[in-house]
Amino acid sequence: MAKAPIPTRKQQPWADPVHGVLRDFDIRQMAYVPDGGHARLIGLCLADPKMRSVLLTTEEEGVAQMAGAWLGGQRGVFLTQSGGVGNCINMLSVIQECRIPLLALVSMRGQWGETFPWQVPMGQGTQAALEAANVIVKHVDEADQVAETVRAAAAMAFNTSRAVAVVVSQRLTETGGRG
Amino acid sequence: MAGRKAKAEELQRGAAVAAILKRRGDALVVTGIGNAVHDVAASGDVAENFYLSGIMGGAAMVGMGLALARPDRRVLVITGDGEMLAGIGSLATIGVEKVPNLAIVVIDNRAYAATGMQATHTARGVDLAGIAKASGFNHAVAVSDAAGLRAVVDDAYEKPGPYFAVLRVKSEGSPRVRVPADGTFTARRFRRALLGDEMNP
Repeated sequence: MAKAPIPTRKQQPWADPVHGVLRDFDIRQMAYVPDGGHARLIGLCLADPKMRSVLLTTEEEGVAQMAGAWLGGQRGVFLTQSGGVGNCINMLSVIQECRIPLLALVSMRGQWGETFPWQVPMGQGTQAALEAANVIVKHVDEADQVAETVRAAAAMAFNTSRAVAVVVSQRLTETGGRG
Repeated sequence: MAGRKAKAEELQRGAAVAAILKRRGDALVVTGIGNAVHDVAASGDVAENFYLSGIMGGAAMVGMGLALARPDRRVLVITGDGEMLAGIGSLATIGVEKVPNLAIVVIDNRAYAATGMQATHTARGVDLAGIAKASGFNHAVAVSDAAGLRAVVDDAYEKPGPYFAVLRVKSEGSPRVRVPADGTFTARRFRRALLGDEMNP
């Protein structure tokens, strides 16, 4: 089985500082569905012995896992592509009804120079869907601002018990030949 | 589809869950939506119960996140067959992760009781224990009589997880008890009991 190479630091330069922020916040669980946009960050988390990275079958599992982690006293981060946001809408009612902190990082498709038409419907609906589920959205489209945005989002999520999503522009996630 | 007659050997759900919870010790309990909430609360509405009262398909993964966070405690997910079917992919996730302190008990009445007893897929042959076993759970059983239940009462706490049991129960209601419906309240009550003064927001 061919293994996709992890994007280099040059291709996704924001990933390493974001991983550092996750360490600063003592993030102990990471939940993800494989995604090219987050591929470097996923690789860094998988290699981090202080984080338990969990591969999901579908994104809403990660929302439920984050709720359980918080109930048990751990912080988590949930990584999803924009298309996966649609899968989470109903499960996000757990986060809202229980006022459970949620830190989500969303890598965009269907948003900037997209060439694959099937990505456009959910990509164009991502922000509206998140806001409909009462998730606070912080959009970022400059590589050197991703980590500080994640830091601000984490501070807000974990100190005010809110759901905060950092939406990373497709400009920053293209690596060529990605899924 | 013709109604399915209860077999004499099927369990009574309220009594079966009570027997399991009687020896919970310091186990943490997550319930799925519907009758499972009442089955669990009838044994005591204690702080270390978290009722996932309003969502289909999330109980197993809430239990997994909790079990990963608290490897020192046994985590028991008690849910219905309809709720488990709605989160069927999570069995693969949990089986692969091999979470050792997680047990899932499915109360299988083969019906969506809350909406009028329409048949679930288990009524038509879907084998949840088989799916759990094939997904990598260390133990997965389906029981329908007193001897089977006795084994579950021990194994749900003692077998290295992930552990999975299906209780085949009669088609009947749960004990009706008052359960707090406010998720913000039950979530914080749970965390305070577990974490005490170290509780962060």
